[in-house]
Amino acid sequence: MSPVMLLTLIAGLALAGYVTAKARALGLAGGDARRLASLPGFYGQNAALAALIPALVVLGAAMALDRIAARSEVFAWWSGLADDIPDLASWMALGAGALGLGWALSRTRADYRARVASERWIMVLLIGCASVAILTTLAIVLSMLFETVSFFRQYPWTEFLFGTVWSPDFRGNSALGILPLLWGTLYISLIALVFAVPVGLFAAIYLSEYAGRRMRGIAKPAIEVLAGIPTIVYGLFALITVGPLLRDWLAQPLGLGTSGSSVLTAGLVMGIMLIPFVSSLSDDIINAVPQSLRDGSYALGATRSETIRQVVLPAALPGVVGAVLLAASRAIGETMIVVLGAGAAAAQMHEGLGRLVNPLEAMTTVTVKIVSQLTGDTDFAAPETLVAFALGLTLFIITLALNVLALIIVRKYREQYE
Amino acid sequence: MTPAPPRKGSLLERDARTRRRNASEARFQACGLGAIGLGLVALVILLGSILGNGTSAFRQTRITLDVALPAAKLDPKGARDVDQMKKVTTLTYGPLLAQALRDRIARDGIDVAGLKPKDVGDLISREAAAQLRDRVLTDPALVGQTVSVTVLASGRIDGYYKGRVSPESAALDSNISPAQLQLADALKAQGDLSTPFNPDFLTAPDASDQRPEAAGLGVAILGSLYMMIVVLVLALPIGVAASIWLEEFAPKNRWTDVIEVNIANLAAVPSIVFGILGLAIFINFAGLRASAPIVGGLVLTLMTLPTIIISTRAALKAVPPSIRDAALGVGASKMQSVFHHVLPLAAPGILTGTIIGLAQALGETAPLLLIGMVAFVREYPAAWSPENGLFGEPSTALPVQIFNWTQRADPAFFERASGAIIVLLAFLLVMNGVAIYLRRRFERRW
Repeated sequence: MSPVMLLTLIAGLALAGYVTAKARALGLAGGDARRLASLPGFYGQNAALAALIPALVVLGAAMALDRIAARSEVFAWWSGLADDIPDLASWMALGAGALGLGWALSRTRADYRARVASERWIMVLLIGCASVAILTTLAIVLSMLFETVSFFRQYPWTEFLFGTVWSPDFRGNSALGILPLLWGTLYISLIALVFAVPVGLFAAIYLSEYAGRRMRGIAKPAIEVLAGIPTIVYGLFALITVGPLLRDWLAQPLGLGTSGSSVLTAGLVMGIMLIPFVSSLSDDIINAVPQSLRDGSYALGATRSETIRQVVLPAALPGVVGAVLLAASRAIGETMIVVLGAGAAAAQMHEGLGRLVNPLEAMTTVTVKIVSQLTGDTDFAAPETLVAFALGLTLFIITLALNVLALIIVRKYREQYE
Repeated sequence: MTPAPPRKGSLLERDARTRRRNASEARFQACGLGAIGLGLVALVILLGSILGNGTSAFRQTRITLDVALPAAKLDPKGARDVDQMKKVTTLTYGPLLAQALRDRIARDGIDVAGLKPKDVGDLISREAAAQLRDRVLTDPALVGQTVSVTVLASGRIDGYYKGRVSPESAALDSNISPAQLQLADALKAQGDLSTPFNPDFLTAPDASDQRPEAAGLGVAILGSLYMMIVVLVLALPIGVAASIWLEEFAPKNRWTDVIEVNIANLAAVPSIVFGILGLAIFINFAGLRASAPIVGGLVLTLMTLPTIIISTRAALKAVPPSIRDAALGVGASKMQSVFHHVLPLAAPGILTGTIIGLAQALGETAPLLLIGMVAFVREYPAAWSPENGLFGEPSTALPVQIFNWTQRADPAFFERASGAIIVLLAFLLVMNGVAIYLRRRFERRW
């Protein structure tokens, strides 16, 4: 049975349920809707949902079981069953729909509260949709966990976590240490934050404390435009403008490097990307500081900048820290800017500190390597491919920790003045 | 604390300490202004660099020629049967174009020193022969006639008129010689060569590494459109339903708190992680086809959901409780009060949030790289096909096409990439503009 055919049948079942249940309810009331507990439409709605929801749930479950059975021995009985009976999943779905419909029709009586029943079905739908978010997180964790486990079966986890060399080779003998990638990630993020945090914070301070209405009306949206620009645009900007500029005016005259892609290129461009992020978050937080604190400070004779530095910022500090943590999480997970701006060679951890901290050296990050190990022809049995899932899991855990920490700090702080 | 010593001097004259404090005030303020200035300068440089590099992608150098289409070569059987004529490859059409250009040079009496006869044909793009063949195959009656055609010039000639290629760089380049540039100048003087607006950039499919002049965004725009349809159809209803439950019905307990933290975290999960999810679940587990818009759409749906949920909840929260109370007061159920009264009032806010979410999804690149959308695709994907299902044909997407072009060797592709970014930004501008308009037009202050 083709999917289109099946969906049409299920929809037909639901429609038929609507019409029959409505007619039946009206018939039981002798054609007088006033004798019914609910409006006739609710009897129909209840029957239609009672057919539709079980059918779709069973269909989804059967399809998922199909896929699990293809991978796992435990569910092999299912594939045996599915081979014996053609269109098993479709018939089960239709059967579930018919059962639900029959149940709803059997309960259709004049005093049956059909509105309450149909609203219960709608509630099921709403909760189902809300759990999609939970399921997504679960799917993220599980999908990466499974592949990471099979990666660690082929490659010792100690060498992955503490290895200082990254040189994957699809012919074997790869060294897959994460430390050089983590170093590149953290170094680039650090440069981005060193640029973005002061600029973003000062911009937020100026906009919320000094700027007049007109200035705020123009400058705030203009800075927020930076947040709406896709990262691929920043990546191209790094590749064709910033990279060559830094190479020709900084790296080559100083003799520090010859490549257009470098830590500084990626870090600076990422910093530009993060400015609106830091500034709009800090702006909200600074605005949340009560005016009475400022007035008290002015009354003691402090200037505006003294008030900001000694009263407003300390009061807003937890929130600002939260904003910086969120920005850091953004920077660590950023992909396109580093793919195009930072280069593909992993940091060399054995060639002296000079090369390791040289900001004009090309370096690579965790995200770049996830992309490069998973694009092109990939073999999902090789550790060189599977390592990408372990990298992804590491990235997810780091950003999760930063996000949750930031959320807790911001939440706690927000309650303080409310 | 000891009391400060009595102040000496006049109140009308600032003492050293006051001057210092005021100077520090001025410095602080200048720092703030400088930060904003830096942000704005960065924005201007960013946009300026993209516009400066990319606007020329919308113009393309073309040569107008009168090509003789001899029946003996193009249709040896003489039956004007399209299937027979398909056996004649572009290798036959290429020399016809080169001959037409040589004839044109002879007619105009152009004489360029050091120009080899072979060089003349290289002025024309390799894509031109294929385009001529397509034209003949759709209209076999042209065979035997002499038709006037406008064909693409080669990428280097095009680069010459856009400032990428100069006579000095041509001398070092094996693909072009200074003599060819002189010839192009002579043709331009005769009016046979010009650089007009190039609509093909928006409609043509991608082209191979050697033919940057023919590359276009048609497939990429189509693929992005398909994905946006998937995102809209899935993310809007699911997101609105989830927000309604969370905002209106969910009990306040630990379980719902977990969901809330979870949604806030999902909004900040790196996009590349969603790509890994898509690869593992939709392609490896569910068996959907790599580089299909449906997979990209599903991944982007999951990414967009938190954005839509957050803005929808804000919109629902902004509807005053008195509306709900009034509905409940006249006998509506909780569900009816939400669906009949709260939801319509929150609709403009929800729509605004959805458009902004879609705009984010449109520019997202990293997850799409992992699900194979970076593949080279020249066929326009069909929205539905019996063997691949809905949105199942291989495709590419606008931001991924940009990335793809940045990885090519020929610098002409950088111009294409910048041009594609202009197209992308134009789409984003329109979407955000609509969102702002909706907000201004329909926003209600209670």
